[in-house]
Amino acid sequence: MTRTVILIACGLIAGPILGGLFSGMDRILTARMQSRIGPPLLQPFYDVAKLLFKESLVVNVWQVFCAYCYIAASSIALVLFFLQSDLLLILFVQAVGAVMLVVGALSSTSPYSHIGAHRELLQILSYEPLLVLVVVGFYLETGSFKLTSIYAWREPLLLKLPFLFIVLGYVLTIKLRKSPFDLSTCHHAHQEIVKGLLTDYSGPFLALTEIAHWFEIVLLLGFCTLFWATNWFGMAILIVATYFLEVLVDNTTSRMNWRWMLSYVWGVGLTLSLVNLIWLRQG
Amino acid sequence: MQAIKRFINRMRSKSPWLLHFDCGSCNGCDIEILACLTPIYDVERFGIINVGNPFHADVLLTSGTVNHRNKKVLANLYAQMPSPKLVVAIGACGLSGGIFREAYNVVGGIDKVLPVDVYVPGCPPKPEAIIDGVVLGLQKLQSLHEQLSVGKGA
Repeated sequence: MTRTVILIACGLIAGPILGGLFSGMDRILTARMQSRIGPPLLQPFYDVAKLLFKESLVVNVWQVFCAYCYIAASSIALVLFFLQSDLLLILFVQAVGAVMLVVGALSSTSPYSHIGAHRELLQILSYEPLLVLVVVGFYLETGSFKLTSIYAWREPLLLKLPFLFIVLGYVLTIKLRKSPFDLSTCHHAHQEIVKGLLTDYSGPFLALTEIAHWFEIVLLLGFCTLFWATNWFGMAILIVATYFLEVLVDNTTSRMNWRWMLSYVWGVGLTLSLVNLIWLRQG
Repeated sequence: MQAIKRFINRMRSKSPWLLHFDCGSCNGCDIEILACLTPIYDVERFGIINVGNPFHADVLLTSGTVNHRNKKVLANLYAQMPSPKLVVAIGACGLSGGIFREAYNVVGGIDKVLPVDVYVPGCPPKPEAIIDGVVLGLQKLQSLHEQLSVGKGA
């Protein structure tokens, strides 16, 4: 019982802290790649603290409800991950949060918000099947959807599921809102679509969506650790390497349109996952 | 309680998000404002981000003269920013109307429509001067808050 409480607390605390640190690191790395100095490491925390204490200007009540639902769903998903729960359950709780953010954006009348919401729906459509296929891969190899049995598996899963790890990389790029898939909103989309999905979220509610996004970052990096669950060192290297690669891809590619995203991600992603799944069944 | 207020004020001064509105400027000042974002000046070092959305902004940077057409837009943008907020007028035109001040369509400087906190003179001002203006404005914002909180406490 106490173990459960401690794990829940760990999830709730580790989410924002690790997520914020990762996005701070992200901003510094991005700046260095553009030969700038970049903000301090704790800049995301300064931003969120400032936003939390700003005046709340609400476009309509639905948006507030949706912002709270988004942060609730993403924090519950991370807590379930820390509790070593069922992978499918975590996936679907996370999906509820992602959809609530879109519903909030659609509830306003701003055209930018609507464009962002439509693009975000297409992004969800692109990555959600792939994420399920990654989980199916875990099931085929370990015989269980439970995280406890995946973490207890005796050898690193990366050796058996290399293609599915690449597929998870695609999902991560979309989910972290990185180029070339940062269609709906991203850190750089201030001018052309005015932050798209987040246009009408402001003040404390923008801060809530940011914190919820941190929870999602940590959850997805948690998914990465499943591929090398045998020791801590492997997990850490895998996370750092993956995140560095994400920032590199973000800075070396440009934003594409949703048609390209859907055909490319489904084409490459579904092929790679099917090859890996068939290989697992045969091998 | 006082410590929390001081903390919030510090956070505010560490992450000022700018909204830039060209209120009929000749683009001279606008180019200098955007130059602040280049790797040479890199204002992101101070947590400054150039946002395109008044809902997300803390500081309104305006350049150029106000005329009868765009004064409503200017007032509207200011109204859409959640407080605490700050207005920085940039360049000779933004300060007083500049060489256009006697034109028939011109209302005058930004302060004819909005309460301006910081005036940055120049035609156009250097990027260094613009960054200085924003920093000055943030100090003013902090001291205003301290005065207000002292007033409420007494």
